[in-house]
Amino acid sequence: MSCQKAQELIHGYLDGELDLVRSLEVEQHMHECEICARTYRSQTTLRSSLQHESLYYTAPEHLKKRIQSSLRKETRPEVSRRAFNWRWLTAGASLAFMLLIGALVWKLAPTSMRPSTDELLAQEVVSDHVRSLQMPGHLTDVLSSDQHTVKPWFDGKVDFAPPVKDFASQDFRLYGGRLEYLNNRTVATLIYQRRLHYINLYIWPAGQAGSSREVASQRQGYNLIHWTNSGMNYWAISDLNSVELQEFARLVQAGQ
Amino acid sequence: MQKQNKLANFEEAVLPHLDAAYNLAHWLTRSGTDAEDVVQEACLRAFKFFGGFHGEDGRSWLLAIVRNTCWTWLQHNRSSQLTVPVDDELQEIESKDLDPEALLVQRADQLMVRQAMEELPLEFREVLVLRELEEMSYRDIAHITDLPLGTVMSRLARGRKRLQLALTNQMTRRS
Repeated sequence: MSCQKAQELIHGYLDGELDLVRSLEVEQHMHECEICARTYRSQTTLRSSLQHESLYYTAPEHLKKRIQSSLRKETRPEVSRRAFNWRWLTAGASLAFMLLIGALVWKLAPTSMRPSTDELLAQEVVSDHVRSLQMPGHLTDVLSSDQHTVKPWFDGKVDFAPPVKDFASQDFRLYGGRLEYLNNRTVATLIYQRRLHYINLYIWPAGQAGSSREVASQRQGYNLIHWTNSGMNYWAISDLNSVELQEFARLVQAGQ
Repeated sequence: MQKQNKLANFEEAVLPHLDAAYNLAHWLTRSGTDAEDVVQEACLRAFKFFGGFHGEDGRSWLLAIVRNTCWTWLQHNRSSQLTVPVDDELQEIESKDLDPEALLVQRADQLMVRQAMEELPLEFREVLVLRELEEMSYRDIAHITDLPLGTVMSRLARGRKRLQLALTNQMTRRS
């Protein structure tokens, strides 16, 4: 074994990551070569000074409480008290009664009065978009303008393969991707950037194969376009003007 | 009720690894308060995606989310730290002979080690923290950092060399 090879493998040896044959080769080499043996010794010393407990930051006590309370906020209103309590039974009964009334009214009301699925979804999309921009660090889970990085990132995280294309040459730069929960399922989200505007593009498989035309709408100052193509649902939202968002939608459709 | 179960399961699977999460976030952000924010955000995300957790190793599952949250956070708040082109610049260091005597490292006190670690580029710092402080396997580190195994090994090797060089330099200066 050459010194160069040994110098590389010493780290795997130190970490116990080499197979038996390789380990023996490294040991053999270190018997014969003082330089490599010295590297190994100084690496073990370095390791022991790194594994000193003062270098390990343990979480402060209040952090756990802070996280627990924010998790409880997330799960409200269901989560409140574990113990059985009569007051909750009455509350539960009146809630059930109200739900019954609600369901009856719902059933009896003409269909036109109910918010359509699309409308509910649009509401979800708008709030998700706003949230993604509000919270620092929330916009992307994988930050990359490279479609070959973003696409495989979704592998194993969602049960479908979202088409990922960068349109940088048309000035819609791929910015990254993340997972979201929309429409009662996990959806792939691609983030594009045009000047200072971000576009969130949500993608998930449609119930059935086929395509539908794009539908544009406006909500709370945001432009939305959604369509179905080859069995996939697409929802794009941005504060970009409707013409340019339309252009983006065309690009995405042409890119598939 | 279901949500309550989910919360209980989540707390059981994930909260025991809060120290690991905080340690990683602290080393990556180099600040205690930032680490707290990042860990909290990461836990909320983890809770959101808890449906995708199937009882595998809770620590590496959480650390992968913490790591991603850290990188996104750094990108937004400390993007200047992320601009060092890591993979091409080491050649000049590697060509020098810098295998210092083990004795020198032994004399390094913890403060110096901490400082030298903090000055390492992020890419090296994260694999070193996962390997030396969390004692994770290459496979787990590869999963958490989303890197191929070979890259994990070479980053560790280069990170250690850099660290050793930094410590040797500091000690030479001191003596």
